[in-house]
Amino acid sequence: MLTALIAWPALAALLLLLVPTRWAKHVALAASLAEFAIALPLWWTFVPAGGMQFQLDVPWIPAWGIRYAVGVDGISLFLVLLTTFLVPLSVLGSYSYITTRERGFYALMLLLTAGMLGVFVSLDLFLFYVMWEVMLIPMYFIIGVWGGENRLYAAIKFFVYTFFGSLLMLVAILALVYLTAQRTGVISFSYAYLMTNPGALGPVAFWLFGAFFLAFAIKVPMFPFHTWLPDAHVEAPTAGSVLLAGILLKMGTYGFLRFAVPFFPQVALHPAVQTAIVVLALVGIIYGGLVAMVQPDFKKLIAYSSVAHLGFVMLGIWALTLQSVQGALLVMINHGISTGALFFLAGMLYERRHSRMIAAFGGIARVVPLLAAVLTLVSLSSIGLPATNGFVGEFLILLGAFRTYPVAATIAAGGVIVAAMYLLPALQRVIYNPLDKPENERLPDLTPRELAVLLPLVACIVWIGVYPKPILRRTEPAALQFIQSVRASAAAMTAGR
Amino acid sequence: MNLDLSSYADLMTALAPELVLTAAGLGVLLLVAWRHRTVADLRAAGAATLAGLGAAAVTTWWLWWNGAHAVGIPAMIAADDFRFVSDWLLLGTAALTVLVSFHYLEREHLLAPEYYVLVLFATLGMMLMAGGEDLIVVFLGLELMSVCVYVLAGINRHSAPAAEAALKYFLLGAFASGFLLYGIALVYGATATTNLTLIGVQIRTLSLQSNAMLLIGLGLLLVGFGFKVAAVPFHMWAPDVYDGSPTPVTGYMATAVKAAAFAALFRVLGEAFGSVPAWQHVVWWLAIATMVGGNLIALAQRTVKRMLAYSSIAHAGYLLVAVATGTSLGAAAFLFYLVAYTLMTLAAFALLAAKGRDGERDVLIDDLAGLAQQRPWLAFALAICMLSLLGFPVTAGFIGKWYILVAATAAHEPALATVLVLTSVVSAGYYLPVIMAMYMKPEPFAQAHVGMQLGRLGGAVVALSVAGLLFFGVRPNRLLDLARTSAAALMPPPAAAPGVAAPGPTIPGH
Repeated sequence: MLTALIAWPALAALLLLLVPTRWAKHVALAASLAEFAIALPLWWTFVPAGGMQFQLDVPWIPAWGIRYAVGVDGISLFLVLLTTFLVPLSVLGSYSYITTRERGFYALMLLLTAGMLGVFVSLDLFLFYVMWEVMLIPMYFIIGVWGGENRLYAAIKFFVYTFFGSLLMLVAILALVYLTAQRTGVISFSYAYLMTNPGALGPVAFWLFGAFFLAFAIKVPMFPFHTWLPDAHVEAPTAGSVLLAGILLKMGTYGFLRFAVPFFPQVALHPAVQTAIVVLALVGIIYGGLVAMVQPDFKKLIAYSSVAHLGFVMLGIWALTLQSVQGALLVMINHGISTGALFFLAGMLYERRHSRMIAAFGGIARVVPLLAAVLTLVSLSSIGLPATNGFVGEFLILLGAFRTYPVAATIAAGGVIVAAMYLLPALQRVIYNPLDKPENERLPDLTPRELAVLLPLVACIVWIGVYPKPILRRTEPAALQFIQSVRASAAAMTAGR
Repeated sequence: MNLDLSSYADLMTALAPELVLTAAGLGVLLLVAWRHRTVADLRAAGAATLAGLGAAAVTTWWLWWNGAHAVGIPAMIAADDFRFVSDWLLLGTAALTVLVSFHYLEREHLLAPEYYVLVLFATLGMMLMAGGEDLIVVFLGLELMSVCVYVLAGINRHSAPAAEAALKYFLLGAFASGFLLYGIALVYGATATTNLTLIGVQIRTLSLQSNAMLLIGLGLLLVGFGFKVAAVPFHMWAPDVYDGSPTPVTGYMATAVKAAAFAALFRVLGEAFGSVPAWQHVVWWLAIATMVGGNLIALAQRTVKRMLAYSSIAHAGYLLVAVATGTSLGAAAFLFYLVAYTLMTLAAFALLAAKGRDGERDVLIDDLAGLAQQRPWLAFALAICMLSLLGFPVTAGFIGKWYILVAATAAHEPALATVLVLTSVVSAGYYLPVIMAMYMKPEPFAQAHVGMQLGRLGGAVVALSVAGLLFFGVRPNRLLDLARTSAAALMPPPAAAPGVAAPGPTIPGH
């Protein structure tokens, strides 16, 4: 089932190269909807307390102990669903934006889908690494071929940053496996095997954690590794920005939850490391917000707001309480939905005015009431207004983090105010204020196609904001298990030292 | 099949591939002495060369299939899997080069069928290098190969850069041979033998590990081999020579010549100097210098050909990491990487040969702009080659690099592994611009890529290489096993790391 999730988009991408260009987008939409249909049953068949599920585990390269192993648990389930949910919307949202080399674009979108899902379901470190790299290439092309004026610079910056981190992670993976093999005599890249045989790594653990940390922190992106993000987000086409913000950034936080922290709990819980990461998360929250405040470019503003949101997630993971970890998981989903919607809206504004500058708009609420209404709602959810999804996630993180780091939680709460300070003025300057530019007097309102892109997202914003329980119920056992295993093994290792 | 190499018949059997290739070389030489005037003659010579290479490959396969190995007194030539696998690789590289050359020679009006004879004899020299069990045989093989390649580099007599390349290669190559020969002499002085196995025995029984004469001899040997594989700081000749030679010859030099020199290096170090740890330090530094130097200088290149020249230096650095581990895992990684490296480098040079004129010296990376729209398949093939050279997953280049990393990690060389990956990041800085130019920049002027002709055979070579790269990138199992078993003959198994990998724990599926 999970294999079909990876194989189908890859197959569809090849298929897409055979159909005529003018059919490409429709075929891509159908393929991605089919993908969503394959993934959706997971919602019902998933057993919250069942641990790792839907597994498949077959040998791949036996000589090196490499297996093709996939599975989902409460941590990855929603990332898989979010991915398959956002991809059809991104395809639909690109209908009018992408006008050149359509077949290539949609084929790459589908390949990207395969890579992203592969990352989230891999239970073998080699497979994980391969998928982690594989999704790099489609995104590189999407930014580099269909991006804005400065796309080449943004594309190579994105590539080199990620490649740098991931290659160090590759060495760390190898070292981890071989150090484990030295004790047990079995070379295996299997996640389950490495988890059940935690190595007495000693000081090497710090280096290995450092390599994993770098790879994931660049992806998240944590301050100060975030500089690739504004460039990539701004230059990427709408669909690229949506998937970049919605899914690719989550790979970093997912990596922390799945690999970096569980493999090296004694390092992750080392007071110095803890302090450093919490401080970096806080800097991300506040600094991201402050920088967003002064951006004249709407897309750049959203990009920096991502830095802030992901700072919340990192804080939630490191606070290591049930609420905070669940909150982190929820913010990961929410950020995908809200920021995805914001990027869609920014793209729609750009298609109407061919400008991303906030100053180019003003007073358009009267011209495009529908668009303005959706933009307001989505912005409020991104700020974290109660009864929207943003509130639930951030509130849970703050609640949970307050128990572990009261000072940090207080500062982070200030980040919510900062969020209001950058988004609300921008909102005001775009849709309220006097309508003083003649170009803005005749803008078309949302088309049915654009509504079809936005409405599912809006529905999710309200649904998660009002009734998040179905999601929390499914993530709770996994979050609990994450906390317990990390605390237990850290305690065991400290005691054994 | 046990071969007692002191018996004449068995020695002939062990040498069968080389004998077949010699006969083929002499036959083609006779053929071209007789017929060398028309394009048809050129093609006939090429076809005969392919037949000769094929016959030699089949003979090698026959020896391998029968499990030929030498017994009894150490002889001049080895008979083990490492030799057979290396021979295949060398013969295959030569065959691919010949296939690419068909179209190239005609297009460049190089009506010189002796080109193929030289390829055959060069390949013979390489096979002797890879299989030589005696320093003298290795040296003779190296000279045979070198002399042929000097001529090949200058085969285009109308091109001044080619003449410069040939002369430069000849002078520096002769210099390197001198080092090698002097090293052999000193090693002989210290051990009273030139046979690799006996050198190893002498060093152990007489405890010569820190004998000054032996160490100086070993150092000179390393310098000589360093020249041939173009390791930094002995790489100065390579960019100019690669740049000036006809592009198929450049591809041949960058792959086969390097492969042969590396194979000989592995055999010499593993069999003769396995108990002398000193060389590992030297090779360690050579590897670091070559990876860093090759990658950094490649960044500054603007023409595709020079960029590929420096990139091949960088890849020599990665291969040196495999040598520096000094384990059978390293030798296996070396064999695997060599297959991947040969495929991607040959395909890249073949594509470059299709693009240009006059030695392709002036094809800038930006001249490839817009290739993806005009010639999507060519652009795709070149993109796969670049990604494989970069070591990107789903290509054989990644598995090869991974294998070298495995060997380095298992041999407790984290510094080598780290430098390898960091320099790989640097290499993104010159491989990616090729992809960027092809896919992300507009065509400089209409019809910019019309003249790009690969030829039918060249196209087949590129298609085969790219398919091989992708296939071994996803399913490397058979090739891995082959590399592992053939390397086991050569080097001691890794001491500290666990030898055989057991399958991971089985988790019942749902």
